[in-house]
Amino acid sequence: MSTNALRARRVRGKGAGLGLLAWLLGIAFFLPIAWMALTSFHSEQDAATNPPSFAAALTLDGYREFFGAGGGASPWPALINSTVASVASTLLVLLLAFPAAYALSINRVRKWTDVLFFFLSTKMLPAVAGLLPIYLFAKNAGMLDNIWLLVILYTSMNLPIAVWMMQSFLAEIPVAVIEAARVDGARLPTVLARVVAPIALPGIAATALICFIFSWNELLFARVLTGVVAETAPVFLTGFITSQGLFLAKVCAASLVISLPVLAAGFAAQDKLVQGLSLGAVK
Amino acid sequence: MTAMTTAPVAAPETPAPVRRPSARLRAWATRAPLLPALIFMIVVTQLPFVATLVISFFDWNSLYPDARHFTGLDNYQEVLTDPDLRQSVWTTVLLTVAVVLASLVLGLVLALLLDRRFRGRGIVRTLLIAPFLVVPVAAALLWKHVLYNPEYGLFNGLLHYVGGPQPDWISNTPLLAVEASLVWQWTPFMMLILLAGLQSRDHEQIEAARVDGASDWQIFVHLTLPHLRRYLELGALLGSIYIVQNFDAVFTITSGGLGTANLPYTVYQSFYQAHENGLASAAGVLVVIGSIVIATFALRVVSSLFREEVSRA
Repeated sequence: MSTNALRARRVRGKGAGLGLLAWLLGIAFFLPIAWMALTSFHSEQDAATNPPSFAAALTLDGYREFFGAGGGASPWPALINSTVASVASTLLVLLLAFPAAYALSINRVRKWTDVLFFFLSTKMLPAVAGLLPIYLFAKNAGMLDNIWLLVILYTSMNLPIAVWMMQSFLAEIPVAVIEAARVDGARLPTVLARVVAPIALPGIAATALICFIFSWNELLFARVLTGVVAETAPVFLTGFITSQGLFLAKVCAASLVISLPVLAAGFAAQDKLVQGLSLGAVK
Repeated sequence: MTAMTTAPVAAPETPAPVRRPSARLRAWATRAPLLPALIFMIVVTQLPFVATLVISFFDWNSLYPDARHFTGLDNYQEVLTDPDLRQSVWTTVLLTVAVVLASLVLGLVLALLLDRRFRGRGIVRTLLIAPFLVVPVAAALLWKHVLYNPEYGLFNGLLHYVGGPQPDWISNTPLLAVEASLVWQWTPFMMLILLAGLQSRDHEQIEAARVDGASDWQIFVHLTLPHLRRYLELGALLGSIYIVQNFDAVFTITSGGLGTANLPYTVYQSFYQAHENGLASAAGVLVVIGSIVIATFALRVVSSLFREEVSRA
């Protein structure tokens, strides 16, 4: 942008200047991702130059390398494992959290706030606190390197978030709607499926997306408890920690591909993201 | 977790005046949908922690399982006196405080900027959220190889244009390198919480203040900041809880070397590589105690926001 254009903007007042600042900061924060995306489409030679080659020829070689064209390990098993672990644990979370949220919002148990805070407090227990016993248990039970162990652990990791989120969504449903259905003689499962679920659907979808993100991202448990068979996508990425010659384009392609599901889920859940991340405390 | 006393577990107790069995039955019917989730959480999160607590009192190296014996508090003494472990406690504190404060301040600036109307606000918001939506290991790899690399990383590439120095970022300032990547990822989180706080302000009150002749700065200091206080606290505490547990960035960027090993990394290393089960458990328990201290405050903040919400409804 020319200095004249800049000056013209400044004249338009403080508001425009602050808007520009917001844009600059937004671009600065996004720059590493944009650079990662650009580098992933460069050849390895162009990716490793100083000064950087912004306008180098584009190629899909980085992606071909990542998907195993050059004889490296294929990422597909890891991607499939991550999908299984994230989707299965998210479904299990919803299955457990929905009835629980019902008992904490619509038809409330006594001391329901204490129960809610118990769920929250488990979220504050660091993962490392239970890591060793879980490892020893898995070893003795022959569950090491088994994706279903991760499904169970990811469920426990996300259940408190889901209970809190769903509780706050269900609490917004007017009691009169539910009462009316019950007066009409509908049984509880029917009420849940036909009345409560449709109203709460956007909230349930947002909860599912956030649980999916956290499961997909998880590294510590996956790193300790899986090996060859059940390796997840983040564990696959740890293979890039030590430099291996010219491999920047491949690293960028790998990072981008493995982040895509999270970016997609995150933007889909954008409006409810804060509520989920703050465990329902912020609307 | 049961070790936390701020949030007493509501043990499924029967309502006081139970006369007819039908009332008791109804109470259990109310409770039934809650039980699967509650039991699942207790089994999967509470039992392992109790086991960690028990193991922490044993001298137990898994390479010599027969030599396992009870040692009381020796592991704790060793953890607290071992210079490496003490260093990792200090690193954890430093890392958490620095990342939380920096991302909170940056997040506040961004939230204030985004709270204004300007062209393309939605796009800027989307750009700013993106760093939080990169898989943490991928983000760490991006910083380690693509930005920090001393020969062809983006930072030195850009410095090259202005004829600046070509530092080896990770070797020169390892902890700062880890912190910067985490600040990049966590600023969006803080921004989102603070933006939600800003948007829940009482706009009539602000209008009234403006009509009464209050300046933007006065409104910020006397109305906005007090209103934001709890959102700042919430952001700080939730951020602390997540960052105190950080493993991915330390593991990826420095592999715990150059004095960047924090407690989660040390716990991982001492049992995964050194097979010292007892020591690892003691360090784990210490992480938990640290978290309890933070969590006690966090729970208080969340519960005050929550009660406000409930009373408003």
